[in-house]
Amino acid sequence: MTGVTTRAARRRMRRFDNPWTNPKLFCGAGLLLAIVALGLLGRLLWDLDLVFTGSAPLKLPPIGFENLRGQPGVPAHPIGTDGSGRDMLALIAIGAPNTLFVGFLASLIGMGAGIVLGFTAGFVGGRTDDTIRVLSDVMITIPPLLILVVFQSAFGDVSLTIMALLIAGFAWQSPTRLIRAQVLSMKQSGYVMMARLSGAPTHHIMFREMLPNLVPYLFGSFIANVTTSIVTAVGLEVLGLGPQRIPTLGRTIYDAISAGALIQNLWWWWGIPTVLLAVMFIGLLLVNLGLDEISNPRLRRLGR
Amino acid sequence: MSRAAPRDRRRDRREPPATDASDQEPVDIPRKAARLRIPPGYLVNRLLTLLLTIWIAATLIWIIPRLSPVDPADIMLGRMAAGAGAVQDADRILDQLRESFGLNDPLIVQYVKYLRNIVLFDFGLSTATFPTKVSALIARALPWTLGLMVLSLLITFFIGNLLGALMVWSHSPKLVRIAIPAAMVFTSIPPILSGLLLMWIFAAKLQWFPLAGAYGLTVEPGWDWAFAASVLHHGFLPALSIVIVTFGFWALGMRGMMITVQGEDYVRLAEAKGLRPRTVLYGYMIRNAILPQITAFALKIGLLVAGQVLVERIFAYNGMGKLLYDAILDQDFPVIQGVSYVIILMTALAVFLVDLAYPLIDPRIRHGSDG
Repeated sequence: MTGVTTRAARRRMRRFDNPWTNPKLFCGAGLLLAIVALGLLGRLLWDLDLVFTGSAPLKLPPIGFENLRGQPGVPAHPIGTDGSGRDMLALIAIGAPNTLFVGFLASLIGMGAGIVLGFTAGFVGGRTDDTIRVLSDVMITIPPLLILVVFQSAFGDVSLTIMALLIAGFAWQSPTRLIRAQVLSMKQSGYVMMARLSGAPTHHIMFREMLPNLVPYLFGSFIANVTTSIVTAVGLEVLGLGPQRIPTLGRTIYDAISAGALIQNLWWWWGIPTVLLAVMFIGLLLVNLGLDEISNPRLRRLGR
Repeated sequence: MSRAAPRDRRRDRREPPATDASDQEPVDIPRKAARLRIPPGYLVNRLLTLLLTIWIAATLIWIIPRLSPVDPADIMLGRMAAGAGAVQDADRILDQLRESFGLNDPLIVQYVKYLRNIVLFDFGLSTATFPTKVSALIARALPWTLGLMVLSLLITFFIGNLLGALMVWSHSPKLVRIAIPAAMVFTSIPPILSGLLLMWIFAAKLQWFPLAGAYGLTVEPGWDWAFAASVLHHGFLPALSIVIVTFGFWALGMRGMMITVQGEDYVRLAEAKGLRPRTVLYGYMIRNAILPQITAFALKIGLLVAGQVLVERIFAYNGMGKLLYDAILDQDFPVIQGVSYVIILMTALAVFLVDLAYPLIDPRIRHGSDG
């Protein structure tokens, strides 16, 4: 009988009080999934060879609009074509997931490095801690965009993965600081003392006792880093750096601005990637706000 | 570093820091009267961090191009060939160029020379506009960047913090409390995207504002009204595109702090005393909640700078961003290095100044030097 009531109570708790059923988190994740879906469906349903230069007429508008030369949009290119005859739909179906991929990969690598460095600094202490702390303090001040500009203008073309790796070189500082601070404060807490007194090995304390408590922070930091990484990647692309041959949203905007699309009223050329990037950032922000509310109940109460 | 660092660690062990990124430790009651001076140990610590930051950045900027297979003398020669059709004695000129860039010295000599030059803000000569000094180009662009940055930063700091406070304040109109969070969703996008949208609507479509440049082609730079009006007219859209996407950051942080401050005893007491709600908001709540925002600024400035570089690039604003973009197009390495170095230096200096200003603003803060 007790089993029944607890199960009912648990179900009730899950329905009303489970912090993970957060509307902001769901909306944000939905927007991000929509962009992934765009990439997947595009690969299944659309001819992605249209992404090559000259595979379509130049500067066609989306369906229902006319461009300056009076050409109407055609169903073969439902959201228009760009100035060098590439189909916009194919371009964004490849470009949007690419941009997201760079952000997630860079943030993932940064996060991994941050977990290792943060735990090392917090646990080992001493000179190691000093070195890691000072390095992360120093590196957090340097804007990644400028170092990467120097790098890419010296090396020329890079692949998406190399670009993600380069950005990851600037994505480890804030997780490192966050985890180090949390580890230092958790070291003093009762349950860690208890675990230590009962002779648990260090890796058990690290990964079984401490890490689960860090999950909401880690997610929040991860998503914030994805945003920063994408901003950096797009920044490089808009300056004309980054991958030169692989379509990305930033590269499309660069091409559009360089060709004077703003003055020629080719709004779909720069507008569609801009809106997609905005959707991406709004999705990431909503996920982050949702995670904030999950880890900070005070904000949750305010939202209701 | 070594003098200040162990103290810092000891402090961390004794009283673990919260998630707050600030490196300082609040004390409930100052023992003596508010001390408006910066402890020397802290000063030395921050100064060493500043120097270390500059040194690491300068070294990265120096090493990276040397790992690359691209030879600046080659590019220079290529440009001469493109300009003149053909170049006689290519090898001899190449050698001369290498010599003038100092590329024939041993690496360590080059590095020491480079460090000495960079301290003197001597970045060599621009290869695209050949005999021009890089430092002269930067000196021409820097005031525009600084002006735009300081202006947009002040506006966004003011608006953002006020809106963030109003979101939590129980007396603010209901509309404000609902509308601001909704509007803030759009502040997650980087300034380059808002810049593009604003440029299209107000410059390309409505033609209320000019499309490019920092002042009109018809006005002569000088201290007169026509020039000032032209500068404001041209600067409005770039500043606006930065402001509308950055105020949300401050509003969010302020909201978090206000929620904490809301429950404090002194706010309750002020309300119980019957002070006007407005007095309580400005004199008691915002005054206390705004302090951590100033440290948040130190962490945010890198992103702000990068964002502004890109805004300047799309608006062709005569600042560092445009200089950098033109240099990338021309593969003008000395300019790229110089601009990157100066922007990083500015960022590091700003962080340093914020760190120093903090104990002056908030006397409750004591630094690890006398603990």
